[in-house]
Amino acid sequence: MIDQALNWVDERLGVSKSGKKFLDKIFPDHWSFMLGEIALYSFIVLVLTGVFLTLYYVPSTKEVIYHGRYLPLVGQRMSEAYASTVHISFGVRVGLLMRQTHHWAADVFIAAIAVHMIRVFFTGAYRKPRELNWIIGVTLLMLAIVNGFIGYSLPDDLISGTGIRIAFSITESVPVVGSYLAFFLFGGNYPGTAVIPRFFILHVLILPAIIAILIGAHMGLLIRHKHTQFPGPGRSEDNVVGSPLWPNFAAKTTGFQLIVFGALFALGGLVQINPIWQFGPYLPYKVSYAVQPDWYMGWLDGALRIMPSWEFAGFGHTIPFEVFLPGVVLPAVTTLFFFAWPFIEERFTGDHALHHLLDRPRDRPLRTSFGAAVLAFYVVLFGASSTDVIANFFHITLNTVLWSFRFLVVIIPVVVGIVTNRICHDLAGTARPREARPRRMPNVIVRSDEGGYETYPAPLYPEDETPELKPEPVPVRIEQGDLSNG
Amino acid sequence: MTDGERFADVQGSTDISDSAEMSIDYRREGGDSFPDPRLAPAARHPEKVERVILALFIIGLLGFAAFGALYWHGGRQPQLEGVFIGVGLMSLGFGLSSWGKYLMPRGPFVEERHPLAGEPQAQEVFKEALLGRGEYVVKRRGFLVGVMGLATTVFAIVAAFPFIRSLGPTPGDTLDKTSWKRGSRLVTADGRPVRADALEVGGILTVFPEGHAGSAIAQTVLIRAADVSITTKPGRESWAPRGYIAYSKVCTHAGCPVGLYQEQTQQLLCPCHQSLFDVLNGAQPVFGPAPRPLPQLPLMIDSEGFLRAQRGYEVPIGPGFWSRS
Repeated sequence: MIDQALNWVDERLGVSKSGKKFLDKIFPDHWSFMLGEIALYSFIVLVLTGVFLTLYYVPSTKEVIYHGRYLPLVGQRMSEAYASTVHISFGVRVGLLMRQTHHWAADVFIAAIAVHMIRVFFTGAYRKPRELNWIIGVTLLMLAIVNGFIGYSLPDDLISGTGIRIAFSITESVPVVGSYLAFFLFGGNYPGTAVIPRFFILHVLILPAIIAILIGAHMGLLIRHKHTQFPGPGRSEDNVVGSPLWPNFAAKTTGFQLIVFGALFALGGLVQINPIWQFGPYLPYKVSYAVQPDWYMGWLDGALRIMPSWEFAGFGHTIPFEVFLPGVVLPAVTTLFFFAWPFIEERFTGDHALHHLLDRPRDRPLRTSFGAAVLAFYVVLFGASSTDVIANFFHITLNTVLWSFRFLVVIIPVVVGIVTNRICHDLAGTARPREARPRRMPNVIVRSDEGGYETYPAPLYPEDETPELKPEPVPVRIEQGDLSNG
Repeated sequence: MTDGERFADVQGSTDISDSAEMSIDYRREGGDSFPDPRLAPAARHPEKVERVILALFIIGLLGFAAFGALYWHGGRQPQLEGVFIGVGLMSLGFGLSSWGKYLMPRGPFVEERHPLAGEPQAQEVFKEALLGRGEYVVKRRGFLVGVMGLATTVFAIVAAFPFIRSLGPTPGDTLDKTSWKRGSRLVTADGRPVRADALEVGGILTVFPEGHAGSAIAQTVLIRAADVSITTKPGRESWAPRGYIAYSKVCTHAGCPVGLYQEQTQQLLCPCHQSLFDVLNGAQPVFGPAPRPLPQLPLMIDSEGFLRAQRGYEVPIGPGFWSRS
């Protein structure tokens, strides 16, 4: 039966030759390789829950009167977009679970990409031949952030509406063409009626399609290049050591996928996120206190807050640098700089060799301390998106908080860079890779007949004595003895 | 006591806690039952792991069943829904990944990596095939390719027109104007005209020009100051009758509504990025990223006692843009 089926498929698709090779593909066993998987599986949750949401969401700013299950809003005027989002939350079975899971999955998706990227950076996994995959990854991060922002704008609630207004102002700030760009994006002056349907089609079709294609390319290149690996016994630039795709990795990663799914649904059910019914519908003249975007927009919001008011006005023109620099130049420079990083490093080190073995961060103090400083810069900007909350919480004036951040955004990266560099040098060469480290040996304490104590190192387990096994190619079949009497 | 004896003693005592009689330690037994130790499972006691996995799968099954029952029952219990489906998926997931992690040959296994780039000779052959074949017959190949490229470029530009230009109108002078006109009556968000006794001293109200209630662009904040002859800036002597001051509510930084009024300090705060404007001093920014004061709307009181705009704003409201002079 199975023979027949395999034969049928093989004669039409020719899977047996390349398929065997694919089943033998080796995946290194290191926890840090899971981070990208979290991103991938969150994306799948985003697509599944997102499809559900599109069945009920209405991308329209047409004004309606709410008559739904959520009593505090009954009789209020609001956009169809907002009304349908409230309906999803309270009127559709498992609607709120799906909405909240979708939002959580977006936050986790972007976080996983960011942490994955940090891992790739600090271990030097982007080096030749993987520069293109690094660029695809950076593009994915940026697209994910943009699509996240557009996504949480769709409910047209009070907080997201304010975010759209800021997006209009940022677009408007571009010299020469800014107001044209803003008018084209919004179909006229703010607020207009076009932005919600346009954001909708960007959010559910155009950007997800690009993201899906890029994920495909990202993984295609991963297979083409094969995995990187940390140095260790039996590992070299010419091989990959770990578990085969079939059955080890397939079972592990499918299980892990279900764990990610489960965790996201549990979060979506248990931990409230974006309760738009509390914010109320968007009215352009209303605003709520402590307006903050989703976490991944925090660095941009923080930059907007701490930027001094350096508007240029003259020669009949205005360049609002206080918005243009943090809102446009900062993300553009960030993206271009990340794109260029592998090539900058290659130019700097003069190292044009292929690299499949990963660096340990401490062994590359310059890169590691520079990366830590850059990371610290964005973390400080993220912190600056909470200036008002910090001022309230610690009972200090907003002025103090603002000026502190203006200095900290320079000081902290420098300090972090210096300290990291120091730590790297102190740690350099101290620890060997995990695989080569001996098992921690417990001591045995023996009391003698006279009441004295003696200690000895614990005896070796048999596998402690066996030398590190030399990795072998995956066998076609796993031969097994009789399990019952070993 | 020799080392060997000590070894034996300790072995004896630890074996009991390991309940070695009941299960076979595959890792310690090493390759006994497998021709190659790499093929032994990663777990010491596979049959124990197998039991745990079975339990996890059953928990998963129960979670899904509970979710189904809850949904059938009417749902709308997001917490329970999330717990049931979450526990179901996670149990199944932990079971499956344990299977892969503990009950599969522990390896390590290896695969060779082959160089990506071809040999120089193969590269040369590829280059020949790529470029050489094109030289067949055609004489002015470069010229033809150039014209073809030009045509394609023009197509790309022309094709982009509708996708950009049709998206919206050009700004023109839209950004310089609001719907405030000479004599516009001030109305509230629900369209009621505002009388000169509408506010107490220190009161605040969001107003719009009549016929444009709720406008995002024309929204204006009306504040009543204690000083009935307040002049917020030289040249604005008649702009604030009976202490009524009106400023554009659109922040000059990023366009958020400047909605928070601190009566004690007479300051308007934008909640988005914390720009502060001094109400009694022409809404001059005193703090934060806003570069310009909020434009002030000159007011008057008509014979019926309604507040009206003397005229529209003199400067464009809101954030900066290129053509703002």
